[in-house]
Amino acid sequence: MVHWSAEEKQLITSVWGKVSVEQCGAEALARLLIVYPWTQRFFSDFGNLSSPTAIIGNPRVRAHGKKVLTSFGEAIKNLDNLKATYAKLSELHCDKLHVDPENFRLLGDILIIILASHLGRDFTPACQFTWQKLVGVVAHALAHEYH
Amino acid sequence: MLTAEDKKLIQQIWGKLGGAEEEIGAEALWRMFHSYPPTKTYFPHFDLSQGSDQIRGHGKKVVAALGNAIKNMDNLSQALSELSNLHAYNLRVDPPYFSLQFLSQCLQVVLATRLGKEYTPEVHSAVDKFMSAVASVLAEKYR
Repeated sequence: MVHWSAEEKQLITSVWGKVSVEQCGAEALARLLIVYPWTQRFFSDFGNLSSPTAIIGNPRVRAHGKKVLTSFGEAIKNLDNLKATYAKLSELHCDKLHVDPENFRLLGDILIIILASHLGRDFTPACQFTWQKLVGVVAHALAHEYH
Repeated sequence: MLTAEDKKLIQQIWGKLGGAEEEIGAEALWRMFHSYPPTKTYFPHFDLSQGSDQIRGHGKKVVAALGNAIKNMDNLSQALSELSNLHAYNLRVDPPYFSLQFLSQCLQVVLATRLGKEYTPEVHSAVDKFMSAVASVLAEKYR
């Protein structure tokens, strides 16, 4: 089980408190599809993904981004019980969605860059360290049920 | 592959750093050592405390090398040839596509904290591709 210090928990919740889940979720998913275009393979039925502008404006991308980040919020509420929290989602990503867990790492890194761009200097090295740990642990939990 | 548009965006962004290169390099390194402790294993000879002269000096070097690469994006292989030799034969940093990933991530975080909204998805994509291309060149001679 991952250990979270009081300081780390505080850094996580204070940053999360400044996040608009809808906005950041949409941005994160859009950037994943833009910066790593091969990830579009998982969203072939999402409509127009032909350019960064199309992706950013795509309502399905926005909606799904919000869903993904909302789920991330669940992880934050359950830091001491991540594997159980994400067990079903993990099975889903393996058995139904067939997503290579490497993509979770990519999305995690993108989320961190987005947080950095929104929070500026407030996204201190300590914040980054804690959040890199968090996205790593979330990615790991999501990959846990893969077989 | 870096498009003409990518190259333009990268040059524009680099132009906005306004002399803060040394600070940016030092901060990127510090974030990297802090977020990815294994990267410290390549610097046992450094004082790795925050703000150390060695981190500042090395950060400046790294950013200068990147700046040079940006001036020569049409011929990265040649521009980075010496560095490529150094990393392959001398430093032997774990294949750059691992370690540079961490430096790339931290450099991008620093750029994003300073540029905010200007670190658009298009800029993000261009910088990510560029760092990836740099990593490839540095790894060219590994084996």
